[in-house]
Amino acid sequence: MAKVTVDGIEVEVPNGASVLQACEAAGKEVPRFCYHERLSVAGNCRMCLVEVEKAPKPVASCAYPVMDGMKVFTDTAVVRQARRNVMEFLLINHPLDCPICDQGGECDLQDQSVAYGHDTSRYGEPKRAVKDKDIGPLVKTVMNRCIHCTRCVRFSAEVAGTSEMGGTNRGENMEIGTYVEKALTSELSGNLIDICPVGALTSRPYAFVSRPWELSKTDSIDVLDAVGANIRVDARGPEVLRIIPRINEAVNEEWMADRGRFSFDGLKRRRLDRPWVKRDGKLAAATWPEAFAAIAAKLSALPGERIGAVAGALADAESTLALKDLMAAYGSANLDCRDDFAAIDASRPDFFRFNTTIAGIDEADALLIIGADVRREAPVLNARIRKRWTHGKFPIGFVGPRGVDLTYPAQHLGEGPAAMQGFAETLKAAQKPMIILGRGALQRADGAAVLAAAWALAEQTGALTPDWHGFNLLHLFGGQVGALELGFVSGKPLAEMLSGGVDALWLLNADGFDPARIPVGTFVIYQGHHGDAMAARADVILPGAAYTEKDATWVNTEGRAQRGRLAIFPPGEAKEDWRIIRAYSEGVGKTLPYHDTGAIRARLAETSPVFARVGDVLRGGCADTAGPASGATTDAPFVLPIAVYHQADVISRASDTMAECAAVYGPAQAMAAE
Amino acid sequence: MSAHHEEPTSFAFDAESEAKIATIIRRYPEGKQASAVIPLLYVVQKQMGRQAGSAWVPRVAMDVVADRLGMPPIRVYEVATFYFMFNTRPIGRFHLQVCGTTPCWLRGSDEVLRACKDAGHLKGYGDTSADGMFTLTEVECMGACVNAPMIAVDDDYYEDLDYESTVALIGSLKRGERPTPGSVIGRQTSAPEGGPQVLTGAESE
Repeated sequence: MAKVTVDGIEVEVPNGASVLQACEAAGKEVPRFCYHERLSVAGNCRMCLVEVEKAPKPVASCAYPVMDGMKVFTDTAVVRQARRNVMEFLLINHPLDCPICDQGGECDLQDQSVAYGHDTSRYGEPKRAVKDKDIGPLVKTVMNRCIHCTRCVRFSAEVAGTSEMGGTNRGENMEIGTYVEKALTSELSGNLIDICPVGALTSRPYAFVSRPWELSKTDSIDVLDAVGANIRVDARGPEVLRIIPRINEAVNEEWMADRGRFSFDGLKRRRLDRPWVKRDGKLAAATWPEAFAAIAAKLSALPGERIGAVAGALADAESTLALKDLMAAYGSANLDCRDDFAAIDASRPDFFRFNTTIAGIDEADALLIIGADVRREAPVLNARIRKRWTHGKFPIGFVGPRGVDLTYPAQHLGEGPAAMQGFAETLKAAQKPMIILGRGALQRADGAAVLAAAWALAEQTGALTPDWHGFNLLHLFGGQVGALELGFVSGKPLAEMLSGGVDALWLLNADGFDPARIPVGTFVIYQGHHGDAMAARADVILPGAAYTEKDATWVNTEGRAQRGRLAIFPPGEAKEDWRIIRAYSEGVGKTLPYHDTGAIRARLAETSPVFARVGDVLRGGCADTAGPASGATTDAPFVLPIAVYHQADVISRASDTMAECAAVYGPAQAMAAE
Repeated sequence: MSAHHEEPTSFAFDAESEAKIATIIRRYPEGKQASAVIPLLYVVQKQMGRQAGSAWVPRVAMDVVADRLGMPPIRVYEVATFYFMFNTRPIGRFHLQVCGTTPCWLRGSDEVLRACKDAGHLKGYGDTSADGMFTLTEVECMGACVNAPMIAVDDDYYEDLDYESTVALIGSLKRGERPTPGSVIGRQTSAPEGGPQVLTGAESE
C-alpha cells in the first residue's frame, strides 16, 4: 500500500494504482475522457492533468503510478489552467452542434467544458471535417465530433473481443473507424454508445428521439437473455424510448447485450391488447368476462389430470407461481416450464443453475463449454469469460459445431457428447475447473444423458468440491430459471401433453415449440404479450404484460432473483399476468390466497428461498456430488439453439430494428455456423 | 485523400517473398509474430512493384499479412496507414521522393522539384504521370543532408542534384536505365566535393 496525500487528504491505495485512482479514493473529481475503469489506460486525452510535488510539469494522472509519500494537487492555478488549455485543444476540431446532437444533456465533453473549460473560444480558423462511417444498424456515427479518446477502439479489442475499430492515418488526418466499411459484428456493440464520451457514437434507433431530461427512468432487469443484466428503462408517456445498462459488478458489470438494448421497439408491434376467443374456428375479439367464461366452461368439464400448463421463456416468477397454484386448485399436476424440450432435471437446484456464478468465472482456472455458443446466448457473460481469459492461464475447451467464434481461442474437441471427455485431463489439472453446459445441448432425445455425462465429468475432474461448484447450466431467457426454482416441472412432461396427454393447455408465454405439435382437439389458452405463431393457434388469448410493463421478479441463470419494475403500462386491456390468473381464479371460485404484490411475493419467498434473497445469490460448493440419472448418449453433433441472434424471442421478432440487424448479420452468422 | 482506384481482389506471396518472410518471422519469439507487421508490409510493397509495376499495398494484401501474423486486420490497417512509406493506393513505376526539408531546400530542392515536374510531366506532389511512369511525393529529411539536395527513387538515393542532372536522371529512368545511386557529381560518399581537401601530401619538415 502507498500513502498518498491528495489536496491535504491522506489516502492509502495499493501499489501500482494510478494517481487518478488515488484522487478518486480521496473523493476528488478529476475530469477525464480517454480513461475508463474497465479498459486499458491510453493517456491520450490529457484532460486528467494534476500537479504532483517535485514533478516539473503537470502529469496525466490516469497513467502515472503512485509512490509512497506522494503529494498530489488537483486544484491549483496550474492545474486549472492546464485543463482549460487541454479543453481548448479538444474543442478546436469539435463542432458546436450541441443543439442537434443526441449526446446533448449527457455529454462528458459538454459537462466538462462547462466545469473546466474556457468561457469563450479563441479559435477562428476552419475546423476539419471527417466523413461519417457506416458501422451497422445500431450505432450511428458523427465523426466530426470524435475527440480520438480511443475508448471504442479499446472496448472492441479488449471487452468485445472483435477488433474492428481502429485509428487509421495519422496526425491531422487520423480517423477512428473500421477502415473497410462494415457493420460491427459484436453482440455488445451498443456499449460503444455508452462509453463514447462525446456524440460521435450514438444510438441509431434513438437518433433525434428525445432529450435525457424528458425521460422517466425506471430500474429494471433485462430478460431477453438469462444473464439478468441490470437495466434502466427510459420511457416517455406510453413508449419505451431506450434501454441502457446499470452497474452491477456481480452480474453485468456495466455492459449489456444488443438484443436486450435495441429490441424494445418490438414492444409496440404485434401486441395482444385485448382478449380473443375462438368462435366457429376463428379468433374474435372478446371482453375479459367472455374470455374467462370460455376458459371456465372448458376447464370445469375436465378432470384435473387432463389439464396441463406450460410456462415459457419470458414468464415472470409471480405469474408462474399463480398458474401453478391455479393448476393445483384444478387438481392438475401437469406442469412443464421446458417449452424448448430441454431435458433439465429440476429435482435439485444445482442441476440447473449456473453454480459457479458469473463473478465466480474470475476465479476459475479451466473451462469446458459444451454445446453452448456463449457469445450469442449470453454476450455479457461471454465478455466475463473473455476477461478471465485475458488474465492468462485459462485453458478453454469447446464441444459443439465447428467455426463458432467465441472471441477467445477455445480448443475444439469435437461436435458430439463423446468429445467432452477429451478435456478431462486439463480440467483435472486445474484447481477450480468449470463446465458450462448449454441449455441447447439438452434439447435432444439423449438430453438427460448429456446432462448426466456433463455432471459426471464435473465430478470426476474435481469440479464439485465442498468449496467450489464448477457445474453450470447456461439458460437462454430471463423466465426459465424462475419457473424451475418454483418447481414448475411435474406430472406429464410437455411431450406427453402434446401427444394427447391433456385436453386443455394453459400456455404462459410459452412460444418455444412449434404450435403444429399441439393435437387438433386440444383446447389452448395462450397468455402472453405478442401475437406470435403460438397465439394464432390459441382458442382463448389472454393479453399479458411484457417485462417493461409489470412489477415482476426474474431469476437469472445463476439463480439470482431480481426485480423488474413497471416503466410503462401495458397496452389496451392487457394486464399484469399474475393478476389475470388471480382474477380468473376468483371468477371460478378457486380464489388464490393473495391479492396484492406483497402477498404473492411472500408466497414466492416461502415456495423457494431464492425469492427471499432478492438481488443476491448463495454461492458455495457442492454438498452432494450424486448426479442426475444417467443414460446412454448418442454421438449426434450438438445443434446450437439460437439460429439468428437478433430474433430469438417474441419481442425481438416483432422489432424492426432487430429485423434490420438480422438482415445485415444473418447470412454472416449462418456462414460462421457452417 | 483517397481518390478512387481499383483494388485487386486477391493477393498471394510469391516464392521470393516467402523466402524473405521466413527470415523475418524467425527474428521474433513465438507468440510475438505481430512485430513483423512492418517488414511484411514492405515485402508486400516490393512484390507489388515486381509484379504489377506499382509498389503499393492493396487492402487484400493487408488482410493476408494479418492472417499470416495472426492479428486482427484493423491492426494492420492502422500501421499501413500511419506510415507514409506504405502506399495505400497505386503509384507510378518510379516513386520520386523529393526532400524539401531545410538543408535540401537551402541547397536548391525547389529546382529539383521543378525538374521532376517538367521532365516527368507531373503537376505537383501526389500526382502520378499520365503514362504511369512516375509518382511525385514530398518527403521529410532522408538523412542525406551532406549531399543536399537529393531525391529518393524507390529505395535509391540520388544526391548533389540540380535542375539539369535531375532531368538527366529522369530521362535515363524513362529509357529503362538505372543510374548508379549516390552522388551524381562523383563525390565519394560524403567526402568533400572535388576530392580530398586536407592531408593531401606528405607533411613537410
